[in-house]
Amino acid sequence: MDSLTSVILTPVFTAVLLLLIPGNFRVVLRLAAILGSACTAWTAVSFFSRFHAGQEGLQFESLVPWVTVGPLNLAYHVGADGLNIGLILVTGLVGFAAVLVSWNIERHVKLFYVLLMSMIAGAMGAFASLDLFFFYFFNELALVPTFIMIGVWGRGEDRNWAAFKITLYLTLGALTALVGLIAFYVAAGANSLDVIVLKAHLAAHPLSVSAQTWIFPLVVFGFAILVGLFPFHSWAPVGYAAAPTATAMMHAGILKKAGLYAILRMAVPLMPDGAHRWLPVVAVLAVGNLLHCAWVALRQKDMNLLIGNSSLAHMGFAFLGIASLTVIGVTGTVLVMVAHALLAGLSFALSGYLETQTGTVDMTRMGGLLRKMPFYGSALVMGFMASCGLPGFANFAGEATVLFGSWKSLPWLVIIAAWSGLIIGAVAMLRALRAVLQGPEKPEFSRVADLGYWRRLPFVMLLSAMVLFGVAPGILTSRIEPAAKAVLAAHLTPSQAHQAPAVPAAPAASAPGHSGH
Amino acid sequence: MNYSLITLEVLAVLMGLIVLLADLWVSPTARKALGLGLAAALGCLLAFAVGSLAPQSGSAFADMFVVDDLARYFKGFFLFAALAVVLMAVDFAPKFGAGLSEFFALTVFALVGMLFAASANDLVLLFVSLELITVTFYVLNSFQRTQLASLEAGVKYLILGGVSSAFMVFGIALIFGTANSTNLGVLAAKQKELAHSALFLMGLLLVLVGLGFKISAVPFQMWAPDVYQGSPAPATAFLAVGSKAAGFVLLIRLLVGAVPQITAEWHRLFVVMSGATILFGSLCAIPQRNLKRLMGYSSIANAGYLLLGIVAGSAAGSTAVLYYLGGYTLTVLAAFTVISAIANFVESDDISALSGLGQRSPFLAACLTMAIVSLAGIPPMAGFFGKLLLFKSVLDVAPGHPELYALIAVAVVGVVISLYYYFSVIRAIYWGGQSANLSIIPVALSTRIVLVACVAGMLVLGIFPQGLVKIADHAVAGLSHKVAPASAKPAH
Repeated sequence: MDSLTSVILTPVFTAVLLLLIPGNFRVVLRLAAILGSACTAWTAVSFFSRFHAGQEGLQFESLVPWVTVGPLNLAYHVGADGLNIGLILVTGLVGFAAVLVSWNIERHVKLFYVLLMSMIAGAMGAFASLDLFFFYFFNELALVPTFIMIGVWGRGEDRNWAAFKITLYLTLGALTALVGLIAFYVAAGANSLDVIVLKAHLAAHPLSVSAQTWIFPLVVFGFAILVGLFPFHSWAPVGYAAAPTATAMMHAGILKKAGLYAILRMAVPLMPDGAHRWLPVVAVLAVGNLLHCAWVALRQKDMNLLIGNSSLAHMGFAFLGIASLTVIGVTGTVLVMVAHALLAGLSFALSGYLETQTGTVDMTRMGGLLRKMPFYGSALVMGFMASCGLPGFANFAGEATVLFGSWKSLPWLVIIAAWSGLIIGAVAMLRALRAVLQGPEKPEFSRVADLGYWRRLPFVMLLSAMVLFGVAPGILTSRIEPAAKAVLAAHLTPSQAHQAPAVPAAPAASAPGHSGH
Repeated sequence: MNYSLITLEVLAVLMGLIVLLADLWVSPTARKALGLGLAAALGCLLAFAVGSLAPQSGSAFADMFVVDDLARYFKGFFLFAALAVVLMAVDFAPKFGAGLSEFFALTVFALVGMLFAASANDLVLLFVSLELITVTFYVLNSFQRTQLASLEAGVKYLILGGVSSAFMVFGIALIFGTANSTNLGVLAAKQKELAHSALFLMGLLLVLVGLGFKISAVPFQMWAPDVYQGSPAPATAFLAVGSKAAGFVLLIRLLVGAVPQITAEWHRLFVVMSGATILFGSLCAIPQRNLKRLMGYSSIANAGYLLLGIVAGSAAGSTAVLYYLGGYTLTVLAAFTVISAIANFVESDDISALSGLGQRSPFLAACLTMAIVSLAGIPPMAGFFGKLLLFKSVLDVAPGHPELYALIAVAVVGVVISLYYYFSVIRAIYWGGQSANLSIIPVALSTRIVLVACVAGMLVLGIFPQGLVKIADHAVAGLSHKVAPASAKPAH
C-alpha cells in the first residue's frame, strides 16, 4: 500500500496487539512495542527516502470520503509534501526512541505502551492529514494519553497540577482553533475542510478581508497555544518536567510541532490577508519566546525545566520564520521543526537516563559525571551544543536559514533572536554541561553507570540524524522548498517565488565529541 | 384508524404486566432470572423496532399519535436504554433489598411513557406521557427505601415535578383556550396569528417551564444533583438518558416542528438559557466529590450543549441534537453501568472511592475512562463529533448575531472547565490516592455485554459517524424548519 495510511495504521495495530497480550507478560509487551515502533519508524524512513525531492504537489496520497450528509462534507485525506514528510520521518524515529528508552517502566506496562502507541498514531495521523478535521481528530488523540501518563508514571510532587495544567491549556488552544476552523468552514463555503479543495475554492472565491481578520487569530493563536507561544507557554516546562521520559520526548519533540504544522498548512496559505495583519504580532511574541524563555532557562537547576524552557526558545525561531513570510524563512521553519524534534527527543531521553542513574535531575547536586559516563557525557555535549546552535547540527542549519529569511522584513527581531538564541541559550547550555559533567566527582554518585551497548541505539540514532541533516541540509531543503513556495503562493509576487532558499553551508564534521558513535 | 401503530407500546405494557404477575409465582431467588428474561424480551422489541417489521409511518387517534422517522429514532434509543437499565438493575439487586420485580415493571412503564412521548403530536398526549414518566420515577428514585438520601431524592423529584406539571397543565390550558386545539399540527398551521396572542405565548412559555424541568435546563435544574445523587444508580441512569431524551424530542416537536416562527423570535431566550445552563453545570461541578452528583451537574451542562442545537433552529441543529443524544445515551449508560457494577464493592459514591480501580478492574476502569472522555468531547469518542455538529450548527447561523458568538465562547469555556472535573475522575481511577482495598472486582457477564456494547457504540459513532448522522438527518427532515432570521444566508 503506497499510501501514508500504513504509517498511521502500524502504531494503531501495535496498540491493538498490545491490548491482546496479558498484562503480566512484561517482556513480551516491551518487545512487541519495540517491534511495532521499529516497523513504524522503518515505514516512515522508507516514505522519506522514496519521496521525490523537488517535486511539487502531493505524494503517497489517499482520499476516502468519510462523512457526507447535507452540507457536511469531510474526507479522510492523507498525503505527503515537503511540509510533512520530514515530520513524519522524525515522528517515526523519535517514537521508536521513546519506546526504546522506556524499557525500565515497571508499573502498568501494558497501559503505558498502549498509550504511547496511540500518541505515536495520533502524531502520525495529524502530520499526514490534509483534511483539517482529521488533523484535529488525530492531534487530540494524544491528549488523554498525555494526561494519564503524566499522572501515573510522572515525576515529582507537582505532577498532579502539571497534568491538569497541560491538559487544560492544550484543550483551550485546541478548542479555540476548532471554533476558528468551523468558522472558516462556514465562511469559506466550500463545504469541505480539505486544504486542497479549500485552496482551489478560495482561489476562485477569496475570503473577505474582514472574515480573515477575525478567523485567522482564532486559528493561529489557538494552535500557537499548543506550541507554547509566549505568553501561552507556561504549561510546557512544568508539564515536561513532570512527564515520564517517553511522554516528554513525544510531546516536546513531536506533538508541539503539530500546531506549527497546522499554521503552515492552513492558516498562512488560505488566509493571506489575515496573515499580513496578524503575523507581525506573532513575530513580536516569538521574540518573547526567544528572550524570556531563554532567560528563564538560564536560571534553572532542574535539567528538565532547562530543556523545556530552551525548547520553547527554539519555538521562537519557528514562529519568526513563519512571520517572515518568505520562502527562505518558511523553509527554515520546517527545518527547525524537524531538527528540534530530534533535539528535544534526544535531550529528554538524556535527562531521563540521568535520572535513572542519579535519582535526581537537580543539576546543582551533580558533577564530574563525564568520567563515569563517557558515552553519555559525549552525547550530552553534542545535544546541548546542537541546542546552542553549533554548525554541523541540523538545528544550526534551520535557525540560520530562518535568520536569513527574516532579515529583510524583520531586521531588528533577527538581531534580538540571534543575540538571545545564540548567546543566552549558549550560556544556559554550557553552564548545565559544566555543572553535570565537569568538576569533582561526587561520592553519592559513585555507582552511576554508562549506557550499555544496545541501549545506546536511540541516542546514536537521533544524533546521527541531527548530524546528517546538519552537514547535508539539502536533503531536507530540496524536499521542503517546493512546499514552502506553495504555502506562500498567495503572498508572493511571481518574481519572488523563484528565489531559491540559500542554504547555509555547514562545515562538515565540526561536531565535537563525534567519536561517540 | 390505524391501531397497529402502537404495537410497540402495547407490547411494552404487556411485558410490564407480565413481570408484575410473574412476581407472584417466581421465587425470590429466581428474580434475577426474571430480569434477564425481561432484558431478552426488550432486546427482541428493540430488534423489532429498528427492523423492517416496525410500524410504518402514519398517525392515529385523531392525529394525536404519529410514527415518523423522528419517533422511530428515539424509540430505538429508549428501548436500548431500558434494556441496559434492566441488566444494570440485575447486578444492582443486592442493594435494593426487596421489590426487584417491581423495579423491573416500573422501568418498563417509564419506558412506555417515553415511547409515547416520542410519538406525541398533541399537547394532551405530551402531558400524559410525561406524567407517566415522572410518576414512575417518583417511585424509582426512592427505591432504596432504607436510605435517607434515596427517599429525599424521591420527595424532591415529587415536589418539583408536581410544580412543573402544574405549570405545564396551566400552559396547555392557555394554549387550548387561544388556539382552540392542542394538536401540534393545528398549532403549526395557525402559528402566524397565534404569534400575536399574548395569552398563547404565555401558555407556550409555561409549557416550556415543564419541558425545561425535564431536561434540567437553567433555571429549572435545581433538582438534578440531589436526585442523581440519592437515586439508585440504575434509576439515575434511566433518568439521565431516557427522561432527558424524552424532554428533547418533545422540545424539538414543539419548538422546531410546530412553532418555529415563535422559536426564532424567542431566539435570545434560548441563547441565554443555553449559555446559563452550560455555565451553571460546568462551574458547579468543579467542587463535587460525589460521582453521581457530579454526573448530575454534568447532565445539566450537557442539556446546555443540546440547547445549542435548538438555538440554531436549523435542520443541522436538530440533526446535531439527535446525534448528540445518541452518543450521550451510550456514554451515560456506560458510565452508570460501571458505577452500579462497583456499587456492591466500593463503599461510597465518592470519586475518591474509585482509587485503585485501575488495578482492581482494568476493564471497568477503561470503560469508565472512555465514557468520561466521550463526555468531555475528545476524539475518537462520539461526544466529540456531537459537540462539533452542535458548534457548527450555531456558527452556521451566527453571522450577524453577535450573541451567538458570545454563546460559542461560553460553550468553549464550559468545555474547558468540564475537562477539569471529568479528568479528576480519570485521575482518581488511575493514580488518585492509595486504596487500601485492592481486591479484584468481579464483573458479571451481562454487565460486560452492556459495557462492551456501549463502548463499541461510542467508538463506532465517533470514528464512523456517517451512518447515524444520516439517520438523524432523515429523522428531522419531516420537521418544518422555519429558519431563524439569522440564517437567511446564501446556500453554498
